[in-house]
Amino acid sequence: MALSTHRTTTALLRHLTPAISYLRHISTDSTSTITVETSVPFTGHKIDPPSRSVDTTAQELMSFFRDMALMRRMEIAADSLYKAKLIRGFCHLYDGQEAVAVGMEAAITRKDCIITAYRDHCIFLGRGGTLLESFSELMGRKDGCSKGKGGSMHFYKKEGGFYGGHGIVGAQIPLGCGLAFAQKYKNDENVTFTLYGDGAANQGQLFEALNMAALWDLPAILVCENNHYGMGTAEWRAAKSPAYYKRGDYVPGLKVDGMDALAVKQACRFAKEHALKNGPIILEMDTYRYHGHSMSDPGSTYRTRDEISGVRQERDPIERVRKLLLAYDIANEKELKDIEKEARKQVDEAIAKAKESPLPEPSELFTNVYVKGYGVESFGADRKEIRAALP
Amino acid sequence: MAAMLHTIGVASPVASGGVFPDHQSNKFAVSSLHSLPMIRSEARSNLSSLHESYRAGKLIAKAVATKGENAAASGASKPGHELLLFEALREGLEEEMERDPRVCVIGEDVGHYGGSYKVTKGLAPKFGDLRVLDTPIAENSFTGMGIGAAMTGLRPVIEGMNMGFLLLAFNQISDNCGMLHYTSGGQFTIPAVIRGPGGVGRQLGAEHSQRLESYFQSIPGIQLVACSTPYNAKGLMKAAIRSENPVVLFEHVLLYNLKERIPDEEYVLNLEEAEMVRPGEHVTILTYSRMRYHVMQAVKTLVNKGYDPEVIDIRSLKPFDLYTIGNSVKKTHRVLIVEECMRTGGIGASLTAAINENFHDYLDAQIICLSSQDVPTPYAGTLEEWTVVQPPQIVAAVEQLCQ
Repeated sequence: MALSTHRTTTALLRHLTPAISYLRHISTDSTSTITVETSVPFTGHKIDPPSRSVDTTAQELMSFFRDMALMRRMEIAADSLYKAKLIRGFCHLYDGQEAVAVGMEAAITRKDCIITAYRDHCIFLGRGGTLLESFSELMGRKDGCSKGKGGSMHFYKKEGGFYGGHGIVGAQIPLGCGLAFAQKYKNDENVTFTLYGDGAANQGQLFEALNMAALWDLPAILVCENNHYGMGTAEWRAAKSPAYYKRGDYVPGLKVDGMDALAVKQACRFAKEHALKNGPIILEMDTYRYHGHSMSDPGSTYRTRDEISGVRQERDPIERVRKLLLAYDIANEKELKDIEKEARKQVDEAIAKAKESPLPEPSELFTNVYVKGYGVESFGADRKEIRAALP
Repeated sequence: MAAMLHTIGVASPVASGGVFPDHQSNKFAVSSLHSLPMIRSEARSNLSSLHESYRAGKLIAKAVATKGENAAASGASKPGHELLLFEALREGLEEEMERDPRVCVIGEDVGHYGGSYKVTKGLAPKFGDLRVLDTPIAENSFTGMGIGAAMTGLRPVIEGMNMGFLLLAFNQISDNCGMLHYTSGGQFTIPAVIRGPGGVGRQLGAEHSQRLESYFQSIPGIQLVACSTPYNAKGLMKAAIRSENPVVLFEHVLLYNLKERIPDEEYVLNLEEAEMVRPGEHVTILTYSRMRYHVMQAVKTLVNKGYDPEVIDIRSLKPFDLYTIGNSVKKTHRVLIVEECMRTGGIGASLTAAINENFHDYLDAQIICLSSQDVPTPYAGTLEEWTVVQPPQIVAAVEQLCQ
């Protein structure tokens, strides 16, 4: 009764028609392999791209759906919390780009490192972060992953191999190469995924770091999450050559459909193998963000609403996986709706709990500036450790 | 010549209290700021014998680990070994690399070339190309790389060929090095050491003669130390590598060839302790790095004129060792700061503020701070000389302070 089938057409994933002709298969064994073809082939630069056929299982597809639904819910809830002024400052939302996070997680282990910029909420979740930690950190509470002292742009999870969470565009790229350097130094057969955006792709530090990574064959995979807009500027207005996967020149590159979780998974697995043997590789994920650059940006002054809704209809990552699940009869409409409801419930519960979480103590202002120990007591320039006396 | 001296308002000299020994003939005036009589410590007479040994030119460092103290105190009689400052740095680095396999060196020309100031000479053949990494000329990225490696537990020693070049890496040093421990809520520590020569050299030009301690000073989360002798260079290097916090170690281009005899035993100095170079009575002179030698040169003149200055090499630029400094201020009541840093927003400016805040009641006179001029270092020799503080200026400042 467990049938695995090789899909001969990519009609399922063609964005044009929801009416799909395919063979219905009953697959009750959730771990048997299903092979799916990605709708868009990979394009390689100085490398042979991997095959379009991706192996997956029903279990994996369900987990994709669940995780992406949770991420989507979390980001939308963050939107409301920001408008309710519970989240302040900058809040960069990832909805639309979830496929990159879940696809990457599916291809690697927690021992591999991921480092990214400020659009980090969903990747944090993928690395093992909890909703409570996430919302508490966003609202500046004690239970946040960085004890409320980091904020939206500074999520970290050391046990999960998630190195942040960085506010300055492009500054995480040399850090990522440093993580890869440490991995090479320790010889531990792990890789580092350094994520950056199409805006950061024009930073000098990227090319400096790329040079060094290629020089020393560091196991670094540089992933350009190309959502086509660097803050408010479209990519064609910012980059002379928007083919970011080619800009590594001597470093091989791969262009991937970033809205297809399976394509992302295939590319990341391929990249990991490559990096462990041959050194750095660039992955360009062709993706899209529905929200603006951050919550202070409406997102519609530099692009049309039609464009946004067009992408949402045709390329939405969650919809893709939903169609797959329905096509393979792994779940029916109601079950998927239930999963989404469950996600909503989890998010609402987490928010309620996070709201109850207390604000950090005043003394927390001065903790973690230095590491104490070995008899080293560190203070400010006048060597005073001040106890806060707030009114 | 621009003399950056604060004017001290002295109403009328009033000699009061204490007994002056015969060989010290100068009078001390109580400034108009205080009306209390000066109370001189009785310990003065005990110091005269020590003066003899100090006049012999031996610098005794009090702030040392106990093992090292005995060795340093009995100078030439104990074996020890003589070496130059850059060799001392190398020794410290080598010992730490042997002790802990996580210590690595990252910088330009550190590997095959041996380091532009020979601090890492011989380390690459010994430890390998990956542990002593020759980088391309990309300060921003290799500093960032070092910090990323430190996040995972490695202990990189990042060398800037000149501290001025590290300005290119300022974002990485400030945001990622200094702040990551805080913004991650304590999850990541950055045990990196950033070191390199700075300061005014011999006609190196403006961009290669920068005094940048002030720029790094306000970054939260890092520690700044400045070495000045082979003894403290090795000790501070080892302490910096062992510290869990990011440390910026300032060396000076002109001090690399200083020779001194240092102990054979292993010793590690305290990163936050100041060094008592010469105990004294009349005035506290706070200094660090190269200016220490200008001060000691001025001290020769001052002692001949009958003054007894106390010289402290503060070594720790962030945080200041206010304990040692405070004890000295409480003893002498007069402070002169001699530094090579810029006048505006420099180490001396912070130190002046810190001493004023904490020890205001003990001061008999306004603090005088002699810093280098707020100008780019000129190329011409004479102009370059006047950019930094010279011994005659120090002598004049002490005389003014002790009027």
